[in-house]
Amino acid sequence: MIEDTALVRARGLVKRFGDFEAVRGIDVEVRRGEAFGFLGPNGAGKSSTMRMIACVSPRSAGELRVLGEDPDRHGPRIRARLGVVPQQDNLDNELTVRQNLHVYGRYFGLPRARVRAKAEELLEFAQLTDRADDEVEPLSGGMKRRLTIARSLVNDPELLLLDEPTTGLDPQARHLLWDRLFRLKQSGVTLLVTTHYMDEAEQLCDRLVVMDGGRVVAEGSPAELIRSHATREVLELRFAPGGQDAAVPLARELADRVEVLPDRLLLYTGDGEAALAAVQRRGVQPVATLVRRSTLEDVFLHLTGRSLVD
Amino acid sequence: MTQDLLTRPAGEPAPPARTGLLLRVLPPGLYAGRARMLVERSLLVNRRMWLVVFTGFFEPLFFLLALGQGLGALVGGVTGPGGESLTYAEFVAPGLLAASAMNGAVYDATFNIFFKLRYAKLYDAVLATPLGPMDVAIGEVTWALLRGGLYSAGFLAIMLGMGLVGSAWALLALPAALLVAFAFAAVGMAATTWLRSWQDFEYVQLVLLPMFLFSTTFYPLSVYPGPLRVAVEAFPLYHAIELMRGLTTGAVHWGVLGHAAYFVVLAVLGVAVAARRLGRLLLR
Repeated sequence: MIEDTALVRARGLVKRFGDFEAVRGIDVEVRRGEAFGFLGPNGAGKSSTMRMIACVSPRSAGELRVLGEDPDRHGPRIRARLGVVPQQDNLDNELTVRQNLHVYGRYFGLPRARVRAKAEELLEFAQLTDRADDEVEPLSGGMKRRLTIARSLVNDPELLLLDEPTTGLDPQARHLLWDRLFRLKQSGVTLLVTTHYMDEAEQLCDRLVVMDGGRVVAEGSPAELIRSHATREVLELRFAPGGQDAAVPLARELADRVEVLPDRLLLYTGDGEAALAAVQRRGVQPVATLVRRSTLEDVFLHLTGRSLVD
Repeated sequence: MTQDLLTRPAGEPAPPARTGLLLRVLPPGLYAGRARMLVERSLLVNRRMWLVVFTGFFEPLFFLLALGQGLGALVGGVTGPGGESLTYAEFVAPGLLAASAMNGAVYDATFNIFFKLRYAKLYDAVLATPLGPMDVAIGEVTWALLRGGLYSAGFLAIMLGMGLVGSAWALLALPAALLVAFAFAAVGMAATTWLRSWQDFEYVQLVLLPMFLFSTTFYPLSVYPGPLRVAVEAFPLYHAIELMRGLTTGAVHWGVLGHAAYFVVLAVLGVAVAARRLGRLLLR
């Protein structure tokens, strides 16, 4: 038997809500064992895509196979093998931390003894053993998030769907969460993550697609995306407000691409130090300068634009 | 399918075989045959149920004392459904029994379910598992009916203690009350899916209160002039009261089965509509 290594395969996937087209025909393939990211601004269609993959939102058109099966026909069977961490925690506030895990396991039809053992293991994993018998409501945001992730693992899912897993958490909580997700990946769970945080995408994802306006605008590993959509380095020149205009012609001369921001010029170039030296030779006096490596954020802003999307 | 078996972690139970009647009739996306898991959840949440049973015990007792003994002393006798003479307490008790089954079920199926649907997002979490909207509808309605059933059992015990039960048929009043509670819970849950805010609960009151007052709970149908009788006979609670009154006074005839059938239909419709609406609201 040929093992199909694509856990998710979408071809021309479309989601419409009335007249509004949230997802406009995307092709995606997620392979077993990888961490795959959907990157994009708010309203890019990430969550709609995730809901279709989670088999809780029927597709409007196109093809979709999750774990080799059609969500329209085998939704419950697929969901039995998925873990889902929704954008907003929907923990059961009427139950304690431990009971949340118990009851969720029972929804999957797991026997009571199995659920009890699994809950202890997951409490340990989520570092919530001390709070096991507490109510859910007073837990911190990070703890709730960890519990939601623990809950999503109760059925030993092959594919874990995480919709903006660390939005709204403080840096400590985010790092702890990333650490847990790394461990899951090491143990062979395939991760599917949506995020609008570049550092998260760089930390977690082997491969990702950048979505904008319901379409996939770029695809690759973080390093590949930086290589193909940005230069190796960026020279940032900071000016007093309005002062940067005079330097724009020179900047265009020196760099592959220039972005003019209200207080700064960004010069995309292979060699930032050389560009900086050239700027200084020509007598331009910025308030501050910075040479740095290009990041995924540069790629993201280049591809999806700087204007606010709401 | 073979691959499916191979990739499932060891010890994971296979999906339930689709052998039950509902499982064969309904599409798999709608019903996984695991509605009892929601009842399990409700039991866990309501472990301090004894308090509910306790208050549920006193409410009917107060009603019976005030109306049956108090008001009953002024009213005197009433002619029962079988033409026999009843004390007012004997007459009003089955009416209150039916009303308490209705109230218990409807309150649980409207207020509690509205909260879980709109605020707690409980069903969003549930539908991410193999369970479907029909599991949610059946599970939640079953819980509402268990709760309504507990009230009814307490009420019947009090009626027995006060000597207000005139027939062994009254044994069937408990399953009848469960059926009534099931139907009201199912319709209540279906209606709840259309409610948008807490203000909308005024509509629920608007339906329940007149039904409670005018469905022959406190006086016989013969009080009404002809056309109004037809209107009253259309109230679901009227059928529940007829059913209860027939059973507790022993005036049992084939028509009782008709009243029961009315609630079976109402229950099936209610669950079907509730499941469909949940699916439409949450699986978009």
